[in-house]
Amino acid sequence: MPESEKLSVDRRNFLRMAATGAAALVTSAQEGRAEKSGSPGPETPPEMPKDVEILTTDRPGSDFMVDVLKSLGLEYICSNPGSSFRGLHESVVNYGGNKNPEFITCCHEESSVAMAHGYAKIEGKPLGVFAHGTVGLQHAAMAIYNAFCDRVPVYLILGNTLDAEMRRPGAEWYHSVQDAAAMVRDYVKWDDTPISLPHFAESAMRAYKIAMTPPMLPVVLVADSELQERPIPEGVRLRIPKLVLAAPPQGDSGAVAEAARLLVAAENPVLIADRVARTPAGMKYLVELAEALQAPVIDEGGRMNFPTRHPLNHSDRRGALITSADLILGLELGDFWGAVNSMRDQLHRTWRPITKQGVKLISITAADLYTRSNYQDFQRFPEVDLAIAADAEATLPSLIEAVKRLINADRKRAFQDRGTKLAAARQQSMERTRTEATYGWDAGPVSTARLAAEVWPHIKDKDWSLVSGTLSGWPRRLWIFDKHYQHIGGSGGVGVGYGSPAAVGAALANRKYGRLSVNFQNDGDLMYAPGVLWTAAHHRVPLLNIMFNNRAYHQEVMHLQRMSSRHNRGITTAYIGTTIEDPNIDYAKLAQSMGWHAEGPITDPKDLAPAIRRSVELVLRGEPALIDVVTQPR
Amino acid sequence: MVLMVAALILAPAVGAQVFETTPKSEAVPVGNAQNGKRIFTAYGCYQCHGYEGQGAAAAGPRIALPSLALPEFAAYVRQPAGQMPPYTKKVVADSEMADIYAFLQSRPKPPLAKDIPLLND
Ligand code: HEC
Repeated sequence: MPESEKLSVDRRNFLRMAATGAAALVTSAQEGRAEKSGSPGPETPPEMPKDVEILTTDRPGSDFMVDVLKSLGLEYICSNPGSSFRGLHESVVNYGGNKNPEFITCCHEESSVAMAHGYAKIEGKPLGVFAHGTVGLQHAAMAIYNAFCDRVPVYLILGNTLDAEMRRPGAEWYHSVQDAAAMVRDYVKWDDTPISLPHFAESAMRAYKIAMTPPMLPVVLVADSELQERPIPEGVRLRIPKLVLAAPPQGDSGAVAEAARLLVAAENPVLIADRVARTPAGMKYLVELAEALQAPVIDEGGRMNFPTRHPLNHSDRRGALITSADLILGLELGDFWGAVNSMRDQLHRTWRPITKQGVKLISITAADLYTRSNYQDFQRFPEVDLAIAADAEATLPSLIEAVKRLINADRKRAFQDRGTKLAAARQQSMERTRTEATYGWDAGPVSTARLAAEVWPHIKDKDWSLVSGTLSGWPRRLWIFDKHYQHIGGSGGVGVGYGSPAAVGAALANRKYGRLSVNFQNDGDLMYAPGVLWTAAHHRVPLLNIMFNNRAYHQEVMHLQRMSSRHNRGITTAYIGTTIEDPNIDYAKLAQSMGWHAEGPITDPKDLAPAIRRSVELVLRGEPALIDVVTQPR
Repeated sequence: MVLMVAALILAPAVGAQVFETTPKSEAVPVGNAQNGKRIFTAYGCYQCHGYEGQGAAAAGPRIALPSLALPEFAAYVRQPAGQMPPYTKKVVADSEMADIYAFLQSRPKPPLAKDIPLLND
């Protein structure tokens, strides 16, 4: 496995370097410190006069930490600079050569983590995030929660100074904490505060392995500043433990066989996929299962699970399908209850099942393997008939095999008939979608359907990737998505501010493949931490940002309207506290100020095509470009 | 994904079966489309149905060129069967409802999908 090969190479490198002349100076520096703290230090090398204070070292602990991080294959470190990890920062740049990992300068820790979130969904592995254990982590917290809800691995390293005696007065005390990870422990999978370099190495391996085992989730490692900055103590045996990632958990074979039996016997089975396709293989498997059964798929969009134009993609027919299904298979479905029930948001909240009596529900999800108490991301309890606690992608091959074994000639004929009917229904629903797209076609502000349709001809022959932004679902309804990286799902925890940094992170991952990254950027989302635009420009991350600028936190406008309607008063005031007008923000100027090519605001759909053409050309040349489009509210 | 979840909640709740066969009433009071346009925005209808009443996935259906007659249209707005917030007479007068209706009736017909090259890729 490439990871372990790389790891042993890096280990050799490190050990070779550790055995060089640096060791003597390490020893001297160690003594300087040891005198202060009163513990006996090793002998001073003979060439150094006794009374000269040793002020330098060639081997700080942070160099070893960088060796450890390199062995993990972290390509980038996203971070605002911070004194509690200045040792690590310097080692990444000078000792590590600022390559694998490369330091990516961020302007907000929430951006760092959300960039890691977007990156991981393209690349299938984490990048690193450095932050202060206190103020940095506080900024980062919401983005960590999003990644947690979205089952995405993020690898955080926090700076902290545990030893009170070593803290500089002032800022370093404010920036120190007893238990740094405590604040986010409810929504990370694992954390540790190593107290020695060997401990750091071991915990770093463990953290990576835990983060990468489904359900994949964020992890936190605290790098004590003394451990970073102190010279590597002589005589310490430093090695990087061997890391082999755990094979993802597959479903119990008996349960998989039962699921296959139910699927093959069902007359109207429906497959609902949410965070299934962790890798391109997940999409391939889901296609294979759906085709074997000729069963319709509803893609919830948590990942790129199913090609949008496949005749079995019936995401637009969910109501009809769910109400008539006799079997529903939920695959990594974040909210199974919500998929089969309807809840009414009126004065008295009511709910009812929307499935027909006797429907069988089967779930396959790794969420059943890991549920925390405090934050309620697990959603309402679904009353399923068969629950398989396993990673869906890893379980699909055995399920497909079991299904294929059970398909006899009779069932095959029945499936073919079903497939023919479904293909026709899919065709009709595509026609309805096109007709819906015509409503408000010439409207200004621009309709979201029109915007999606205008972008498509400029990208469809390129190797594109939609890195964030749903644009009210129109791209996935109108465009042809058939590659895994063309869609990466949403924020997870619906914490606003995810979109712009996740797009930059995903675009960073796409860059080396030469892909054209496209993002529909909500205006409210961008304003949380617009500094990420600067990060993209500074690091030459090519990205086409098209503003979905409805000049509001529009979801909240609707909530306010609902409240005033419900309270029978003030139905003209929903804009107060919810809209982003007066003054209107000039997003083109904002982006230009941070080094982007930018155009707009565009309100007339006729002006879109030339602006998109110009911007796509620039992005293909490696630059970021933004088009501010003022849109209909949804 | 948020949108998708919302769509799901809407889909089954729409009282389509109640209205889809209702014939257009003959005696439609004439409303003031211009005032209707103003209050369609001011009263927040645009938020879920779009400035043109064109509808929006997961927020609200198309109500431009209404298929419901005014009495049924008004009845729905006053006492929605699904997710839509209710607008009682206290906040939207009958005459204003007629104005909104007139505005929605005055919307241009959308072009046909087959005549839009961008929708035939
Ligand atoms: C917060 C969102 C929201 C707002 C604001 C809103 N609607 Fe609706 N409306 C909906 C939804 C959603 C539906 C679909 C049925 C349902 O779930 O109630 C709907 C349905 C309707 C229907 C029935 C359409 C049909 O064909 O069955 C009419 C008529 C209507 N709305 C008119 C209005 C008018 C007029 C206003 C402003 C006074 C308004 N709506 C404001 C969300 C909204």
